[in-house]
Amino acid sequence: MTMAANDPSLVPPLLEMRQVTQTYALNRQSLLGARPQLTVLDNIHFDVRPGEAVGLVGESGSGKTTLTRILTGMEKPREGHVFYDGRDVWAGGAEHWRQFRRSVQVVMQNPRSSLDPRMRIGSSLLEPLRSLKIDGDHAARVFEVLDQVGLTRQALERYPHEFSGGQLQRIAIARALMPGPKVLIADEPVSALDVSIQAQVLNLLKDLVNNLGLSLVFIAHDLSVVAYTTSRVSVMSAGRIVEVGKPMDLFVRPQAEATQNLVGAILTVESGLAGNALG
Amino acid sequence: MSQENAIEVRNLVVHNTALTAVRGLDFTLPAGARMGLVGESGSGKTLTALALMGLLPMGWQANGSVRHDGVDLITQSDRALSNRRGRTISMVFQDPLSSLDPVRRIGQQVSSVIRRHTQAGKKEAERRTVDLFRQMSLPRPEQLMRAYPHEISGGQRQRIMIAMALACYPQLIIADEPTTALDVTVQKQVLRLLNTAVQERGSALIMITHDLPIIAAMCDTVAVMYAGKIVEMGPVAEVFRHPRHHYTKGLLDSQPTMDNIALDGSSRLASIPGMVPPLHSLPAGCAFHPRCAAATEQCITQVPTLDDGPRRAACWHPIGATVPMEVA
Repeated sequence: MTMAANDPSLVPPLLEMRQVTQTYALNRQSLLGARPQLTVLDNIHFDVRPGEAVGLVGESGSGKTTLTRILTGMEKPREGHVFYDGRDVWAGGAEHWRQFRRSVQVVMQNPRSSLDPRMRIGSSLLEPLRSLKIDGDHAARVFEVLDQVGLTRQALERYPHEFSGGQLQRIAIARALMPGPKVLIADEPVSALDVSIQAQVLNLLKDLVNNLGLSLVFIAHDLSVVAYTTSRVSVMSAGRIVEVGKPMDLFVRPQAEATQNLVGAILTVESGLAGNALG
Repeated sequence: MSQENAIEVRNLVVHNTALTAVRGLDFTLPAGARMGLVGESGSGKTLTALALMGLLPMGWQANGSVRHDGVDLITQSDRALSNRRGRTISMVFQDPLSSLDPVRRIGQQVSSVIRRHTQAGKKEAERRTVDLFRQMSLPRPEQLMRAYPHEISGGQRQRIMIAMALACYPQLIIADEPTTALDVTVQKQVLRLLNTAVQERGSALIMITHDLPIIAAMCDTVAVMYAGKIVEMGPVAEVFRHPRHHYTKGLLDSQPTMDNIALDGSSRLASIPGMVPPLHSLPAGCAFHPRCAAATEQCITQVPTLDDGPRRAACWHPIGATVPMEVA
């Protein structure tokens, strides 16, 4: 697949996957037989430039989560390379690995399960600094980040159960921002939230990209949500990236079958009222 | 029976010892009609459904009256309700995996509903189950009878749940977020099948969801719930095109769609500030006032009630009204 052919930006990518193929071994079918291989990612190229917001959409089972795991260094790809700042993260040495882990942070789908229920918010926010062994004025950093996500200092003394889903997602974003990342990877960050809150979180992510110059990788199954937050979208299907383009182009002229399915799946209030939504 | 209302709810209150989650609901659903119930988590929409089904969790209690099929469901015994569920009123839950028994074969689970409520014998019930599976466009219905829930996909499981709910031609079906747990590309198909199946049986439908486009596609009327009350109701096209309550408008505006976002990344979505208030500290007056841009002194002190007419809203300053409403 051609990658970002229409992207005029000549800035080298900050985070990049090249020819990544990931396979998992399945159970043997017979005693002496070879273990069959399941190809989850098939020759994937994926990149994000500094300050750019890119989207990744696809049905469940298309490989989005595996791609995320490889992009964040949680899994090592069977074939291919992951580059951060131009260097292979699996061959760049301990110091580069540390830089990479610090600079690429993740926001998960469900903040209720990604925050420790027994830890005060303040401790949760400090955790990444502790585990990544980052020095400096931790208290000042906490206050700065709280401000960036629009939370007050009172939140620090509280426990996760005292917050609503939308506030918890803000807290999860705050925690991801603590080590001062360059890339934020958000995996379905609003699909567990209420409708009236989703817009708040989407706007927050958008502001962070604009104000802090962060790169954003936004992973979701809902093309309209991705279109709102990003300027370039990759569509995945069965382990491959089948189409890359600007959100508007994907909406108006979807080429790949998977893209057409996703665009066709979008229900809107207007099409519903017109009576042809379920066509 | 067909000319009667499918359900009449009067002043439904659902509470436990400490909290009141549903604070006086009134609505009538004519036979065969379809109503959407919109609300966010904490709005009381799911507890409303469970109250209608007689399935409230331990400690919760319903008051008021719920007329259905000539009886008041609130006063019915557990046994009478159990006799009714699946026969005159049935429900499709959000997560089919947790509502199907993992250790029983699918065919057995669906046909047992038919045997429970009809005179059908084992063979006849199984034959009808296969028919139902076929209507739900499920592949290889005969083999599916012997499958276990974990062996099939989420979309297929939800179609099984719909088949089960519709098996005995109920007068009323309550669907609580039936497609939320499904993949987007499967959602439409499941909705389409539910739509046709409900239509063929002439059942009434209450569709509970936070997803406004689904309501627009499936329902005739809509009731918008906020903090345990209906804040706006009316024909779905009018409510969605010309919302009168500020909360309804906020919900509509915060949907990212092709129409309200500029796809060059320059636009910002309108969002409703703040959050849904917790049940133990509901604001005085209109529960929505702390999040409402149009709120005045009156909204803080006086509780608005649903005004009359086909397009009802509970708001002191409804959108589109020129003269402020007087205190009733």
